[in-house]
Amino acid sequence: MKKKIYLDYAATTPVDPRVVKAMLPYFSKKFGNTMSLHSFGQEAKEVLEESRETIANFIGAKPNEIIFTGSATESNNLTLKGIALANKDRGNHIIISSIEHPCIMESAEWLESQGFEITRLKVDKYGLVDPEDVKKAIKENTILVSIMHANNEIGTIEPIEEISKIIKSQISNLKSQIYFHTDAAQSFGKIPIDVNKMNVDLLTASSHKMYGPKGAAILYIREGTKISPLLHGGGHEAGLRSSTVNVAAIVGFAEAVKICQKEMKKEAQREIKLRDKLIKGVLEKIPGSYLNGHPKKRLPNNVNFSFPGVEGESLVIQLDLLGIAASTGSACSSEKLEPSHVLLAIGLRPEQAHGSLRLSLGRWTTEKEVNYVLKVLPKVVEKLRKISPFKTRS
Amino acid sequence: MPIYSKEIIKHFKEPKNVGKIKKPDGKGEAGNILCGDIMRLYLKIGENKKGEKIIEDVKFETLGCIVAIANTSLLTTLVKGKTINEALKIKKEDLVKRLGQPLPIFKIHCSVLAVDALKEAIYDYYSKNKIEIPENLEKEHQRIIRIKEELEKRYKGFQAFEKEILE
Repeated sequence: MKKKIYLDYAATTPVDPRVVKAMLPYFSKKFGNTMSLHSFGQEAKEVLEESRETIANFIGAKPNEIIFTGSATESNNLTLKGIALANKDRGNHIIISSIEHPCIMESAEWLESQGFEITRLKVDKYGLVDPEDVKKAIKENTILVSIMHANNEIGTIEPIEEISKIIKSQISNLKSQIYFHTDAAQSFGKIPIDVNKMNVDLLTASSHKMYGPKGAAILYIREGTKISPLLHGGGHEAGLRSSTVNVAAIVGFAEAVKICQKEMKKEAQREIKLRDKLIKGVLEKIPGSYLNGHPKKRLPNNVNFSFPGVEGESLVIQLDLLGIAASTGSACSSEKLEPSHVLLAIGLRPEQAHGSLRLSLGRWTTEKEVNYVLKVLPKVVEKLRKISPFKTRS
Repeated sequence: MPIYSKEIIKHFKEPKNVGKIKKPDGKGEAGNILCGDIMRLYLKIGENKKGEKIIEDVKFETLGCIVAIANTSLLTTLVKGKTINEALKIKKEDLVKRLGQPLPIFKIHCSVLAVDALKEAIYDYYSKNKIEIPENLEKEHQRIIRIKEELEKRYKGFQAFEKEILE
């Protein structure tokens, strides 16, 4: 079989060989527990703090504002539940967008069942949150706003700076504290992030979406933020996340950040070229196809199409048989049978959402691979349309 | 273990009996555009030497996931040449078994649809030719109709919409 083409970097990325090399000593040689007093422990503690500093520098934060967690899901759960519990004497209202990752959507739903009040903001046809809607939604009892930096399915980049300006102006009107969190799991390492420029109080980022290992993530928490831990125990991570520290994964995460620091800008330019070639080619070659998400305000590596008359899972499996790994917002692979909440929120009808395909590019995507996709994809869509009773088949 | 069996992949890659029959003796539809799976089955009915009604030809069209496509394809190969009574005996469990691996529960839905479309096509043939409809088939028909009506209630206008986008 010929070489496989991986176009699902938004799901997870391969670990960069440079990262693997940096991690290796921390499995069997420098394996110490960061809490131990002896030299093994000191060695682990030292590299943990170095890693924290590297990542803090990358986003303009202070090292003591970075908490290591096990996943972006954990960071997002910690944000919603931790802020809710620590600030419930001040208010019980939380604002999120309607296209957040399921770990935010479902944490919010759970908080709702515990008596908190949740506002889910609508988005426009590109998936953009209107900052004015945030302003209108803020009330005296609002304690937290959480809007993702970039969407995982359609790649739309939200106007975080503008939203934060509006929140800060409302804070001075209401004279109460409203925390602003952004889930940057998809954007971290792909586009510049500065917590002060974005003026966020909390930010989530993950290692395995940017060529680091799985099992490491961060939550940036601005100094002075009131938040409760979810995991109690040994008091690791300033008491906010008790658990023996996963040193090897964190070292890998920091190494992945160092690489992005050097290569991100150039890499983004390269990926944007490939992305736009893919978009243009597919829209030209496949009748009835259209792009989901914003044409410009989107991640350098994200492409998301709908092909009416085709079901997404069939499309993904057919592409897989031809060596191309992609993803869909169709529901047949999920237990709910309902298509993606993101695609429905941007106004797609269920059958349009069922016919969606996400291709996400990355560090090892080549122009040759993009050309292969442009050759194969139109044929696959045509084949599936021939089987289906859909009208515009050619 | 791969998600799908060889048998499913085989039918998915090269589905059998795809297409339409012009002026079919019976036509059936199951599933709906909202859940993402919709299938149509066309029948040409003949007679065997004993004078029993048989399915002389069968064709299908499916907009749906891999399991939906594989199921309909498999079903058409099973019923071709069979008497109507034999065809009516095929259950979704038979399809699931032949496709060679236990499906996740939520995927069973896709194999129900193929069997439903066949029943609807036979029902259509019976009613067009004023043949008495067996009690069981009538029950099944009412069930399939009810699902459509419930969906129409929940998502107003979806039937008109289906007509608009499907041939």
